[in-house]
Amino acid sequence: MELLAQSTDGSTRNLTLFLVVLMTLVTVFITVWGHRYTRTTTDFHSGGRNFSAWQNGFAIASDYMSAASFLGIAGTIALYGYDGFLYSIGFLVAWLVALLLVAELLRNSGRFTVADVLSYRMRQRPVRTATAVSTLSVSTFYLLAQMVGTGALIALLLGIQEGDTFMGMDADTAKIAGIVFVGLIMTFYVAFGGMKGNTWVQIFQAVILVGGAALLVFFVLMKYNFNISELLGQAATASGHGTAFLEPGQTYGVEVENDAVQTMWNKLSFLSLGLALVLGTAGLPHILIRFYTVPDAKTARRSINWAIGLIGSFYLMTLILGFGAAAIVGYDAIVSQNAAGNTAAPQLAQTVGTDFGGSIFGAVLLAIIASAAMAAILSTVSGLVIAASSSFAHDLYNNVIKRGKATEQQEVKVAKLASMGVGFVAIVLAIFAQNLNVAFLVGLAFAVAASANLPTLLLSLFWKRFNTNGALWGIYGGLVSALALVVFSPTFSGNASSLFGEGVDFAWFPLTNPALVSIPFGLVCAIVGTLSSSESNPSRFASMQVRALTGAGAERAAKH
Amino acid sequence: MASTPTRDGPPPEVTEEQLAAMHDDPRFIDLKRRLFRFIVPATVGFLAWYLLYVLLSAYARDFMGIVLFGHINVALVLGLGQFVSTFGIAWAYSRYASRHYDAHADELHDEIVHGRED
Repeated sequence: MELLAQSTDGSTRNLTLFLVVLMTLVTVFITVWGHRYTRTTTDFHSGGRNFSAWQNGFAIASDYMSAASFLGIAGTIALYGYDGFLYSIGFLVAWLVALLLVAELLRNSGRFTVADVLSYRMRQRPVRTATAVSTLSVSTFYLLAQMVGTGALIALLLGIQEGDTFMGMDADTAKIAGIVFVGLIMTFYVAFGGMKGNTWVQIFQAVILVGGAALLVFFVLMKYNFNISELLGQAATASGHGTAFLEPGQTYGVEVENDAVQTMWNKLSFLSLGLALVLGTAGLPHILIRFYTVPDAKTARRSINWAIGLIGSFYLMTLILGFGAAAIVGYDAIVSQNAAGNTAAPQLAQTVGTDFGGSIFGAVLLAIIASAAMAAILSTVSGLVIAASSSFAHDLYNNVIKRGKATEQQEVKVAKLASMGVGFVAIVLAIFAQNLNVAFLVGLAFAVAASANLPTLLLSLFWKRFNTNGALWGIYGGLVSALALVVFSPTFSGNASSLFGEGVDFAWFPLTNPALVSIPFGLVCAIVGTLSSSESNPSRFASMQVRALTGAGAERAAKH
Repeated sequence: MASTPTRDGPPPEVTEEQLAAMHDDPRFIDLKRRLFRFIVPATVGFLAWYLLYVLLSAYARDFMGIVLFGHINVALVLGLGQFVSTFGIAWAYSRYASRHYDAHADELHDEIVHGRED
């Protein structure tokens, strides 16, 4: 039952291509419009700070809901059942950290980047350099994971199989073309539209993504007369695992028979992943800088409520889509398309659509879901490019190299050039890495954000004694330990599914995710680093805290 | 100066000294207490509840597999419970902040920016 392959004849492909091109044209138009309003640094980095709560909420959701969380989670649920749901729970609960501890205080005490807050009462240049290094690392890992996935995805969404050709491209050429296309479009959004244009593009893309998913959920539920229990039962039966399919343990924390040690490591790896997910979000630079795009802290709070509502509803929909794909499309048909299950949702769209309205409606629904997936990819990667280029221009160029003396025009120009540089590097790296299994990069980005960024951010907001030395130790300690532990984990070497394949083994760290060790390590580094230096600036802490809690002296929205 | 600050325009001129001076004001200490009174227990609560859920998923799989009705088991209900608690805490925080925090923060903000009204 090779659904995509069999019926992705010319008409389906053309329809998918048409919708994707149409959507891209609309976003290009929005970007060109946004270009007229991007002159100052406030425009470029923070979109003028005039977005309303719902607008920023949609844009945050768009930043956050990547192809990995749409196709990836739906696919994981389709193949491994309940375990995919664990991912979405961590991703959602994480928003409470951002809401309760970070967003409002960050909005009041910073200007454009995370480093503004971290360096507020520290020595500027070393702290900004460290924060920029961790921002660029997190953004690059995340970007690379998305871009590599994108290439394969585009080939799949257009239904190009190995040995098949479309518009003169075989599957490998189509992958590269997909990476280059996404890379150019995301760079264009950012370099041309800045935060303002990109925010409107993201709002539009969030509507497409959530709307497309809701449409498909509606048809799936209709098939089961809106009886979710019935859907779960069918999914469990079709999976061949029975009720175990509806319980945790099919892919995370797997119990290996007669190997208590490996079972223990598997379970600890799962705990580690759970920690990285829940503590990583509030340390992701591309999410944090979105709080600067609204007029005040209250609006930042309300925009997170919008985001939590949207993201939560969306993850509930992916639950239906995942179990729906398990029940309706089936394990074998999904794996024959993509071993990781990334095509589960598109395949589901085609099958369900065909059931309801014949092959033409199947093709329409498939094209809609494929466009929604493209929207998910583009909105996330463009957010990452903004975070990286803002940090480069504002932190490294202006405050470290120019010691804060660059003009607004210079900083905006450097930010635009940086976005092109980031785009170029991402395209090249993604093409080189296109055949590697880089899914671990998302977990790594979250682990670094949780180990290097979140502890230092919280300490700088809440701990009076915290100082330059502590910030540096905390950031570099968290970053280096997370990276090193991944390199020496089974992710890199030691078994057949490792990055280096079989035969290479330099793994001594048994967990597949470093967060369980690197978060406490980063925190301890920050504390020990602080106490080992006599620097302390209580009056700066006092003014920062008053500013953070009352909003006095906080950046205002731009005049129009 | 008017006591209603305009939202547009450059950040108002507030010196470090003006800000720092407010730090030891009893009203600011009260404001801090109002904030921490919600965020500390809420953070401890949701992290503990999330951690419990993750630990149950890893180590209490028989319990998670208990079927409640139809094909709905404990794991699904607890998972959905995480969604409900996240929505609930976000809603409760907004309600708490608008009732017990925002007006006090605004009052101090206006006083720092525009000076004490006599």
